[in-house]
Amino acid sequence: MTLTTRDFRKKRPLRKPPFVVIPAFLLLWLIGVATGEPSRVLEQAIQVCLSCIGIG
Amino acid sequence: METVRKWVQVIVGVLTNSSWSFPFTKSIYQGPLKVICAPGLNCYSCPAATTYCPLGSIQQLLAGLRFSLENGQYYFGFSVIGSIGVLGGLFGRMICGWACPFGFIQELLHKIPSRKFRIPRLLSYGKFMFLLLFVVVLPLVLVDDFGTGSPWFCKFICPAGTLEAGLPMLFLQPNLRNTIGLLFLNKFVIMILFLTWAVFASRPFCRTVCPLGAFYALFSRVRLIKLHLDEARCTNCKACHHVCPMGVKFNESPDDPECITCLACMNKACQFDAISLEIGGIPLTVPSKDLSPASKS
Repeated sequence: MTLTTRDFRKKRPLRKPPFVVIPAFLLLWLIGVATGEPSRVLEQAIQVCLSCIGIG
Repeated sequence: METVRKWVQVIVGVLTNSSWSFPFTKSIYQGPLKVICAPGLNCYSCPAATTYCPLGSIQQLLAGLRFSLENGQYYFGFSVIGSIGVLGGLFGRMICGWACPFGFIQELLHKIPSRKFRIPRLLSYGKFMFLLLFVVVLPLVLVDDFGTGSPWFCKFICPAGTLEAGLPMLFLQPNLRNTIGLLFLNKFVIMILFLTWAVFASRPFCRTVCPLGAFYALFSRVRLIKLHLDEARCTNCKACHHVCPMGVKFNESPDDPECITCLACMNKACQFDAISLEIGGIPLTVPSKDLSPASKS
């Protein structure tokens, strides 16, 4: 018996963990955004942190 | 597929480093795109970087946590952890194999003809220590009189920062050369060590030290896109062991935290279609041959 592509895909159940993990981290990201964190991240990212790169 | 992966690595590398005005500005990109998280290890002090490095940001936020709390700002790093968490949940360490510029550099170095060596499996646990200690604990705990910590991993270890930011900044701003000291020497030696090691062993930094790889490795079992082993088709021929750049024995450990989903085992090694790529359990690639057990014999 040869299985078709459709049969092959039906054989495997959907894995649920990714659908829990991804929204959980998305929520975490939203909380971070709500607290205004991206503006702080941007502030840091647009400055050269010399000691961070081993200079100074 | 290997060619596609190489092109993806190049495209992501160019997109995350697409500010080419630095020879004129002599500094780094300071535009609004820097609010976007780079998926791989890409120093945001690199003159061409257009995104922020999640490791650098999380260390900076944790280092300044006391200060921000005193000012009523709750910068715990949730947006950064959320960003890399979503990426981890979707791709896991596939990011390392497809979207990390420093991983790509190591892959290119490994192509230099030379005798190749294995990396002991035990060393792969080191990166979890670096993640916990150098990225979280030390920046949070060791603080100065003002309550501010240091980005320990960036400051003392990160060879990507030295290569992508330290050296270019010294080249662009000659006055900085006067400030070179032991700190830079330490980082320069670490960078040379890893770049040399990458010639003789596959992705040594990713496998032994990279905290971002360690974070993505935590998603090895729960990530959306991953490789699946069809045990009914696997003959345990161990062909997959020989092609894996991360030293994964895929038939023995299909959810291995080291797997970067480069697809080498699926495309170059397995002749029995036992390995397939799946999204949330739904296979993307379907075996070309008959699936009945009789066909295996």
